[in-house]
Amino acid sequence: MEKRVIFENKILPYFLLLPQLSIVFIFFILPGAQALVLSMFREDAFGISREFVGFENFQRLFADPNYLHSVNITFIFSISVMILAMSTALYLAVMADRVIRGNNFYKTMIIWPYAVAPVVSGVMWMFLFNPIVGIITYTLEQFGYKWNHSLNASQAFLLVVIAASWKQISYNFLFFLAGLQGIPDSLIEAAAIDGAKPGTRFWKVVFPLLSPTTFFLIVMNVMYSFFQTFGIIHQVTSGGPNQATNILVYKVYRDGFIGLNLGGSSAQSVVLMIIVIVLTVLQFRFLERKVEY
Amino acid sequence: MVERNPALTILTHTVLIIGVIIVLFPIYIIFVASANPLAEILDAPMPILPGKQILENYYHAIIRGAKTLGAPVSLMLMNSTIMALGIVIGKITISLLAAFAIVYFRFPLRQVCFWAIFITLMLPVEVRILPTYQVVASLGMIDTYAGLILPIIASATATFLLRQFFMSVPDEMAEAAKIDGATPMRFFLSILLPMSRTSVAALFVILFIFGWNQYLWPLLVTTSERYYTLLIGINRMLAVGDQQAEWHIIMASTMLAMLPPVLVVVFMQQLFIKGMTESEK
Repeated sequence: MEKRVIFENKILPYFLLLPQLSIVFIFFILPGAQALVLSMFREDAFGISREFVGFENFQRLFADPNYLHSVNITFIFSISVMILAMSTALYLAVMADRVIRGNNFYKTMIIWPYAVAPVVSGVMWMFLFNPIVGIITYTLEQFGYKWNHSLNASQAFLLVVIAASWKQISYNFLFFLAGLQGIPDSLIEAAAIDGAKPGTRFWKVVFPLLSPTTFFLIVMNVMYSFFQTFGIIHQVTSGGPNQATNILVYKVYRDGFIGLNLGGSSAQSVVLMIIVIVLTVLQFRFLERKVEY
Repeated sequence: MVERNPALTILTHTVLIIGVIIVLFPIYIIFVASANPLAEILDAPMPILPGKQILENYYHAIIRGAKTLGAPVSLMLMNSTIMALGIVIGKITISLLAAFAIVYFRFPLRQVCFWAIFITLMLPVEVRILPTYQVVASLGMIDTYAGLILPIIASATATFLLRQFFMSVPDEMAEAAKIDGATPMRFFLSILLPMSRTSVAALFVILFIFGWNQYLWPLLVTTSERYYTLLIGINRMLAVGDQQAEWHIIMASTMLAMLPPVLVVVFMQQLFIKGMTESEK
């Protein structure tokens, strides 16, 4: 799509683009390229000498059990958050879509946690599950269940999944509700006339029609749990205990920024970059399909 | 709704109310903790009703802050505000200019420029932590507002959204302006900009939330308490080691950290939804 009416000027457009492009170049492309280059080099601990090693950093990375463990738990984390946040949101959205009175009240109440930062969500759930002062911990204890996520790996994992999902419900809810409201009533009425019960109508008519939204949200939820949950992990568990919550984005931070392993961290960055590229392509694919509906 | 079924309606409301309770429960507990003395919180089970110490806790947090951190919440609130507004205004300004150039001009390398901006979508801070930090450090921008703001103000999302909007502006507008002898910048400032105000407002809402909630980047570039944003400050207040965390102060700070973006969503819900659904297209 192009504009028919344009302005003639040889220099002005470059001036207009200059601020955006210089930021893009200095803070995005340059460091991105640097990560690519560094991933092929090995640097000594003092950063004095640098040796070209080709794909050795990657070979090492994928032979490292700690890294494979991190890949593994990132996938489990991501799928858990996706299922928990999406199914809850879909259920609530279907209910909110049915409601005539009070619709706006419910909508506002469910949407606003979107504005809560991941790290704040982490602080809240960490407080609720704090082994000493946490109110949920106290309640669990009354039932004879001991909770201490700084020692118990599966409890720590569960806690970050809860904190991450809680925050993501609002985002999914917003898009599911928009998707539901875009489905013509006539289709549902037709199914009802044919004798389909509410449950059947949902699974045979509404859910298939919602699939573009669902696919789009799957991609966005993966993106979210891979990259935007850094604050939650950093606050709640710092990747622990015993690496149980050391997801990829936290590992790249810890190895690079605290461990100062330049080559290895850059190789990790490159792997993450490839994941983002794949997800971005998928995101735009599904968006095109969404328009067709 | 197709049929009226009272049982189903009751079920619907019940589910929604449970949903709302799940969503609100953690926030309510945080609020309760922020309104009670520390001793009450430490004495399990903690109270489930707000106590009498609400004003003291907030006053204490804003003026003095936590003991373990040399910065009061007021300072960190200011830093967060500067960072959030800097990011929003920066992103919108440079994206308006870039979108205007891409839509209203034909020039060599136009596609290249477009793709260069698109690439930023694929390079979030999270995947280039160390090299970006090195660039910023070599520019001497550690512990500066510029260091907090500049590296994140490139915006493919905002540029695309504005580009999309500019494409929908009738050609007659630019034609008429040209016939009247308006320069490109005159057209941009007097016609295009006023017409874009709803799109800009929607962008403002979502970018403000994005900017306020930045965490990884401030964590890297701030080492001095003087430049801590509130979210970083809360993280530091909790890192007390063997000492007792001042939960009442931390929870009051958490409430304060949540407030600005939440107010924006609640009071500008229409713009927020518009921004969310359009920026994802």
